[in-house]
Amino acid sequence: MALLKLVFKNAFRHKLRSALTIAGIAIAILAFGLLRTVIAAWYAGVEASAPNRLIVRNAVSFTFPLPLSYKNGIVAAPGVSGVTYALWFGGIYIDEKHFFPQFAVEPTTWFEIYPEFRFPAEQKRAFLRERNAVVVGRKIAERFGWKLGDTVRLRGTFFPGDWDFTIRGIYTGADKTTDETAFMFHWAYINEQVRKTEPDRAGYIGWYVVRVNDPEQAGVISQTIDQRFQNSLAETKTETEKAFQQGFVSMTGAILTALKVISVVIIGVILAVLSNTMAMTARERLPEYAVLKTLGFGAVHLAVLIAGESLLIALAGGGLGIALIYPAASGFGKAMENFLPIFEVKSITLVAAAFIAVGVGLVAALFPTWRAVHLKIVDGLRRIG
Amino acid sequence: MIPLSYSFRNLWVRKLTTFLTAGGVALVVFVFAAVLMLAYGLEKTLVDTGSDDNAIVVRKGAQSEIMSMIDRNQANIIKSRPEIAVDAQQRPLAASEIVVLITLFKRGTQNPSLIQTRGVSPESLAMRRQVTLISGRIWQPGSLEVIVGSGVAKRFQGIGLGERIRFAMRDWTVVGIFDAEGSGFESEIWLDSEQLIQAFRRPVFSSLTLRLAGSERFSSLKERLETDPRLTVEVKRERQYYSDQSEMTANFIRILGVAVTLIFSLGAMIGAMITMYAAVANRTVEIGTLRALGFPRRSILFAFLFEALFLSLVGGGAGLLLASFLQAMTISTMNFNTFSELAFRFTLSPAIIIESIVFALSMGLLGGFLPAVWAARRNIIEALRAS
Repeated sequence: MALLKLVFKNAFRHKLRSALTIAGIAIAILAFGLLRTVIAAWYAGVEASAPNRLIVRNAVSFTFPLPLSYKNGIVAAPGVSGVTYALWFGGIYIDEKHFFPQFAVEPTTWFEIYPEFRFPAEQKRAFLRERNAVVVGRKIAERFGWKLGDTVRLRGTFFPGDWDFTIRGIYTGADKTTDETAFMFHWAYINEQVRKTEPDRAGYIGWYVVRVNDPEQAGVISQTIDQRFQNSLAETKTETEKAFQQGFVSMTGAILTALKVISVVIIGVILAVLSNTMAMTARERLPEYAVLKTLGFGAVHLAVLIAGESLLIALAGGGLGIALIYPAASGFGKAMENFLPIFEVKSITLVAAAFIAVGVGLVAALFPTWRAVHLKIVDGLRRIG
Repeated sequence: MIPLSYSFRNLWVRKLTTFLTAGGVALVVFVFAAVLMLAYGLEKTLVDTGSDDNAIVVRKGAQSEIMSMIDRNQANIIKSRPEIAVDAQQRPLAASEIVVLITLFKRGTQNPSLIQTRGVSPESLAMRRQVTLISGRIWQPGSLEVIVGSGVAKRFQGIGLGERIRFAMRDWTVVGIFDAEGSGFESEIWLDSEQLIQAFRRPVFSSLTLRLAGSERFSSLKERLETDPRLTVEVKRERQYYSDQSEMTANFIRILGVAVTLIFSLGAMIGAMITMYAAVANRTVEIGTLRALGFPRRSILFAFLFEALFLSLVGGGAGLLLASFLQAMTISTMNFNTFSELAFRFTLSPAIIIESIVFALSMGLLGGFLPAVWAARRNIIEALRAS
């Protein structure tokens, strides 16, 4: 017990040095936590996927449309319990910086197949009644100060012109992984206009979302659907929602890898800072260790002393850093809401941070411990500075 | 003035501490430089795609060629403008192109990516001076043949020389591989626009690229085309158009990277501070001696400040050196603006070198300042008495 007391007192002998070391470690752990949260946010779409949903898109690429007429063929496939569709609108609200995803959807079935978008029944009725009604997510309603009944104007890019929408519903997500920044309106509103101005483009949607009874049958059903439309002008590719979202993540794979590499580099910085402190501290205390050895304390005691001090500082810094991750993440998340709509700190990140603090604490103590143990008592007592 | 060699040799004496502190600085500068090199490499690739005497015409409001649609009538109206240069046969140097995205898989994985595929007209090859075939040949007119940019040829399945890709219910053979001086075209697949139109049955172009009959004719061309009631287009200089394509992704990389680097630069700075405080504490007697010899407080301050600056300069230099090795790597990722794959390299520029060194020195300055002040303010008698 006296040994532990010694560890504690030693750690705070040089108050300034210990405080600075703790601060340094805390900041680096904070940066690590933020970075891992950014990496996790990248996979938000994958996490929000439901196992019983499939996405049917044009086989050439996601940017080619599919005919509306395919719907009947898809519904008829065995094992399918519901089909809906959507079209990416890609309009501009005020300017490019005010980005949020906009979808033209099949109004009745869309919200059946995506039950995670929750809003009151009377809002849903109002939405279904009007052709230019829109349901918006809570987060963008807050960001832009929108209320029910407001008119929102979007400048079309794929569908040129100015489009006016009336907000008839504001939804909240069923759980933390649900995107609350979406803007969803009637596909028919777009199609009506397109039929008048560019009739060749009318009758096309972006992708189908298929609900299946049994997720285990997903592979078989995907193949059935794709075979049905093989050798047609718009061949399809059907896959699980998770695989579809994973595809997007892998497209920016290089950036993700870079972020992962950086998060490892940070650990190196933490290690450098703590090792430096421990090395300096150990060097100054060599005479003391010599005295301890004279008194009969062995290698184990020295190791406990040094490692204990190192761990104490590391854990104090780690604890402080972990405590700061939550407030920092909510600030960061607000700033990056455009790019990363879901920004949640995961418990695994905190566990990883704690492990790193412990690991660094132990590794930083290695060299000083080795030095202290192999010190000849006479040399230690001889040292002046 | 205390000679600089004093500061320098003090660093040399305590090698481990110097190494660790400089190492921390080096890591931070490495990441900082790498992030800047990544963003710059992306921008440079795209900007190099454009040339100064070309203008590009897309549909009004379209942020990329994928969104833009210009039909044949409009294309002909555009081509008739006098501001456009003509070739030896008095034909306008105007390339009508169609851009689509097709899905291809990276070699060795099941990961899909979207590749920009460009249907070009005969004028395109003449006008895009950077593009040169490095192996194989150009397609034969009327055949289902394509050429592939070197940025994607190695990375993706099925697009090596002689291989076949399937899209739009046809099999296309890769007959050539081309280089484009590191510009965005190297991440594209090119074929005959007429073949593309037939395959997808979309008789509309995505964009027209026009060679100006003199760079100054741009404003008149822009004004005429944008106010013509028969057209709904916008006209940009080619370099500007491609530079805009890099904006979202480059900004994202910069903001994210610099924010994170700044946070853990604080960590490295604190590391420097710890080292310098310890250095001062251990040399208290020396400081007292120097003061007694007549060196003013200012000299002590500067001596320790220089020590900190040397430390961070060494660390910064090491970090920058490491980062410069990244230039051998090619990165391939999705460009947010065009939704398609783009291959580019880490690119070092003189500006980045200067910014990195300044960043390193700032860390040293900020970290070393307080300890240096503390050293300068020690009382001579107390300092001499310290043991």
